[in-house]
Amino acid sequence: MDLLQIGIKAGLVVIIFAISLVVAMYSTYAERKVAAFLQDRVGPNRAGPWGILQPLADGGKMFMKEEIIPARANAFLFIVGPALAIMTACIGSAVIPWGQEIKTGSLTIDLQVTDINVGILYIFGVVSLGVYGVMIGGWASNNKYSLLGAIRAASQNISYEISMGLSIIALLMFTGTLSLKEIAEQQHGANWNVLYQPFGFLLFMVCSFAETNRSPFDLPECETELVGGYHTEYSSMKLGFYLFAEYINMFISSAVMATLYWGGYNYPGMDWVTAHVGPVIGPLIGTAVLFGKIFAFIFFFMWVRWTIPRFRYDQLMDLGWKSLIPLAIGNIVLTGVWITVYDKFFK
Amino acid sequence: MSIFYFIAFLSILFAVLVITAKNPVHSVLYLILTFFTITIHYILLNAQFLAIVNFIVYMGAIMVLFLFVLMLLNLNVESEPVKSNIVKFAGVIGGCCLLATLFGTLKLAATSSPVVLQDQGLGLVKNLGKVLFKEFLLPFEISSILLLSAMVGAVLLAKRERQPDGKVF
Repeated sequence: MDLLQIGIKAGLVVIIFAISLVVAMYSTYAERKVAAFLQDRVGPNRAGPWGILQPLADGGKMFMKEEIIPARANAFLFIVGPALAIMTACIGSAVIPWGQEIKTGSLTIDLQVTDINVGILYIFGVVSLGVYGVMIGGWASNNKYSLLGAIRAASQNISYEISMGLSIIALLMFTGTLSLKEIAEQQHGANWNVLYQPFGFLLFMVCSFAETNRSPFDLPECETELVGGYHTEYSSMKLGFYLFAEYINMFISSAVMATLYWGGYNYPGMDWVTAHVGPVIGPLIGTAVLFGKIFAFIFFFMWVRWTIPRFRYDQLMDLGWKSLIPLAIGNIVLTGVWITVYDKFFK
Repeated sequence: MSIFYFIAFLSILFAVLVITAKNPVHSVLYLILTFFTITIHYILLNAQFLAIVNFIVYMGAIMVLFLFVLMLLNLNVESEPVKSNIVKFAGVIGGCCLLATLFGTLKLAATSSPVVLQDQGLGLVKNLGKVLFKEFLLPFEISSILLLSAMVGAVLLAKRERQPDGKVF
């Protein structure tokens, strides 16, 4: 790889990082606006026109708050917790293909930071690492509510990771590759995987709600039972990091869902559009389409939060172990049968 | 090669910290770091799939369970059970035997020639899958049955027993 390509990749990393942070920032604003819309209120409208400067005001407030480390807390791990949470949230975006290759003259720009050939497993690994931030922070706070929240987060993540993995397996049997780039390329035009794996998509989506600790599965931070859950003892920007990590996770999991099942940057008639607007603008329109899908998913996350009440903890475990896992295994069997029948009779 | 030495140093350092750390939760965290360095070793050996599986299974699942159990137990210095002298003595003898064996083996072993990577795609999922399901199908199936039986055993152990008087406990 020559110096130019390294420079391009570095630029891409910076851009994606900035976009993740900005999207997460405005997700907090969107969350409040969506909540207001669903509850027939106005929502934040004081900072700037329509309240669009609200995230900046919130961030400023977070920085100004007094920072408290509880006396009997493990100070080092207390700081490591939120740092790990935000780090694992940010590194997931490295393997997501944000668009087709842009070709200008001899230069080819790949809108994906890295195409490792175990891309899905990488995302899966990052997701499974995400729980450490919550666990370490919750334990280091030396508070029973934090500890309970941390333990809930750990058991919830482990339980839902299994059905998430199983729902991905059905998709992998179908696509035959682990590389996210190839999966995105296979869904050219409107040939989206959700048409072949609608049930797998549903399972994956339910699991990603649980993995991002979003309502109705936000039991680790259930305020009616655990005060604030794992971040009870946190204040200032460390609390901000935990909240921010949740929104970045939501952004990344929306991107993963869009890429795996809803065609990623593909849209019907993309070849015609690319032929008319040229090889630079064309892929960028694809990227815009991908972001449209991501925002639709983020809206869906928020919509669900303000619609469905929180599960009880035993119901959560029942759903994970007794419903989702058998259903995911059934989906694998059905996919296997379908692939065999298709190969035998229709090929 | 320098990366290898650096990572190997880190693995050994964290492994030593696992057994010297006073707090069990710190031990587990050091063990997680040890597994992470081992993942890097796999990547250096061009075994991407093994690396990521080590990452997901050991770091992402098994160690979370370890941490989970230790947090629930909340072990600390005061509540640590003191082992009897017989157990300590047996431990010392066992350790010495292991040390003697290791020394003997290392003394006998000839210096091996450096491993040269013959095939770039050696550790990739496709090749690994083909080897597993063709050449090593029987051992693969046997180990999967072993895992399944362990799982069934765990479920049986955890299952609530119904007492004769109808109580469940």
